[in-house]
Amino acid sequence: MTLCCTIVFLYAPIIVLVIFSFNDSRRNVTWHGFTFKYYEKALQNNNLIEAFFNSLSIAFFNTLFSLILGTLTALLLWRFRFSYKSVYEGIILIPIIIPEICIGIALLVFFKLCGWPNDLPWPLNLSKITCAHILFSFPFVAVIIRARLATFNLAQEEAALDLGANHKQIFKNILFPHLKSALVVSSLLAFTLSLDDFVITFFMSGPETTTVPLKIYSMVRFSVTPEVNAASTILLLITIALAAIAIWIQRSWVQEVEKP
Amino acid sequence: MNRSIVQLKGISKNYGTLEAIKEIDLDIFKGEFFSIIGPSGCGKTTLLRVLAGFEIPDSGSLYIENINMQNVPPNKRSINMVFQSYALFPHMNVLDNVAFGLRVDGVARDEQSRRVKSMLSLVKLSGLENRLPHQLSGGQLQRVALARALIKKPQVLLLDEPLSALDAKLRNEMRQELIRLQKNLGITFILITHDQQEALSMADRIAVMNDGAIQQVASPSDLYEFPSNKFVADFIGSINFIGCQLSEKDGDVFKVITRISKDAFTVEGNNSLRIGQDCWLGIRPEKINFEDADVVNPNHNKLSGVVKNITYFGQASMYHVEVTGEKTATINVMENHSKRSSGTTNEVGDSVVLCWSTDSTSLFTS
Repeated sequence: MTLCCTIVFLYAPIIVLVIFSFNDSRRNVTWHGFTFKYYEKALQNNNLIEAFFNSLSIAFFNTLFSLILGTLTALLLWRFRFSYKSVYEGIILIPIIIPEICIGIALLVFFKLCGWPNDLPWPLNLSKITCAHILFSFPFVAVIIRARLATFNLAQEEAALDLGANHKQIFKNILFPHLKSALVVSSLLAFTLSLDDFVITFFMSGPETTTVPLKIYSMVRFSVTPEVNAASTILLLITIALAAIAIWIQRSWVQEVEKP
Repeated sequence: MNRSIVQLKGISKNYGTLEAIKEIDLDIFKGEFFSIIGPSGCGKTTLLRVLAGFEIPDSGSLYIENINMQNVPPNKRSINMVFQSYALFPHMNVLDNVAFGLRVDGVARDEQSRRVKSMLSLVKLSGLENRLPHQLSGGQLQRVALARALIKKPQVLLLDEPLSALDAKLRNEMRQELIRLQKNLGITFILITHDQQEALSMADRIAVMNDGAIQQVASPSDLYEFPSNKFVADFIGSINFIGCQLSEKDGDVFKVITRISKDAFTVEGNNSLRIGQDCWLGIRPEKINFEDADVVNPNHNKLSGVVKNITYFGQASMYHVEVTGEKTATINVMENHSKRSSGTTNEVGDSVVLCWSTDSTSLFTS
């Protein structure tokens, strides 16, 4: 019973959204029959396609840089002892809990203040949004990698050293394989976080640099047609697929190798 | 003359204020099966980590094959180690685990596979090349760890409590296996253990450690028969101690008087004790006989008491005898069942006279 209630409560709106993306009607309030028309329309909407490619580019660069920065941060916290380490550990996690609206406004002011140019060629025109996304993505990466590193058996490193491996070989052959699943999972997370972000992106975007969530929002302001539903459904599917892959990798790769 | 392969000269290591090992001098010979034993926290693991190069000693020097190891990192030492937890690489199969040491050294592919193959057959793991560590049993994991450490043909193999994770039957099997491997390969083995049975049954020589210092280095039988101090006597096997005072000294023959009941005993052996000095008389349970059981030499030491408890061990029984006059002392007597000539046995509550020959006891300083 509880199970049913929670599922209905959680997913009924989303299911309605998906169902009405197939609705054959201009006004999206009553059901008028099944059609793929609005998917075709959405896929032919050049502005939407452009926003989609912007989103993908931002997500790609965000993932790349968050992964590097987050992994280095995690390794730093894992390997070294330094004064005020716990303070530093707390500070890098703060972007996770600061309200997005605050980060958005802060970044808006910050970029204004340092005179970040607006009319850069692709992909540099997306740099403001990408930087903002890295800001809130890399702490997640750092947390995931750090948690994975905590399960690393240090005796393995000593064993490798004992067998003649140098530090580069140890990283490549021992540590990297241990982190592989966490790297994939955290990059998928960074990718979806970036793809879905609205609030912070809203403050960073310009007329040439809109993303899918922003584009859908602007479409809603004119009228809620099934095209909006169709675009949302596509975004939803991509997100769910990525999350599913992440969970699957977490489960199968990690558990297969490391039964107690 | 045995050639030293590992030499420690005045090695010390502190962790903060804790002295883990203090001024250790030790020579380990080429090709011997050496064991370091001691209670937990005695510094044996620290000593092993110093040998492997994971710990840098605060003072003293370590020589392996007459080369000072001061600035030699673990990956450049001709020493390999079998870790207590095995520390196998979980994402690599048996073959890759064993080949790892050769691979990082850039050994040619065909030589790699040839050596891995012969090593796997040596440790009886042929056919399991493609298994991952989590698909192996405890004994198999142990063998993989051994093969991985031995494949580089080290001068010295360090074994850190290698059998502690195995069940009793497997442990026995692996003991024989380790002895066989050591004799076949002629590699110096250094085994760390807290289990005296393990050390006594496998090692050529044993170092007993306590409190960061080496107490005695000797062969298993010397360690048991001629312990150099009270700690070693107590740690290896079981022993009874009686508090005494030295009263007379005539060459190698000593007379002692027990502190409470003032019984007099004669002890033969070497000692540097002074007359009037407090000492402990140590007697192994199996060296004591009941006076009525056998023909008794009049020169034997005698002590009377009452049997308080009997523990049956199958081939032998342990009698716990409360010594008359010495209320606090209980003497354990191990009696082999086949040893007894008459058919009588002692029961709980019987008054008995214990006796032992003068050369079967040792004296220790307090």
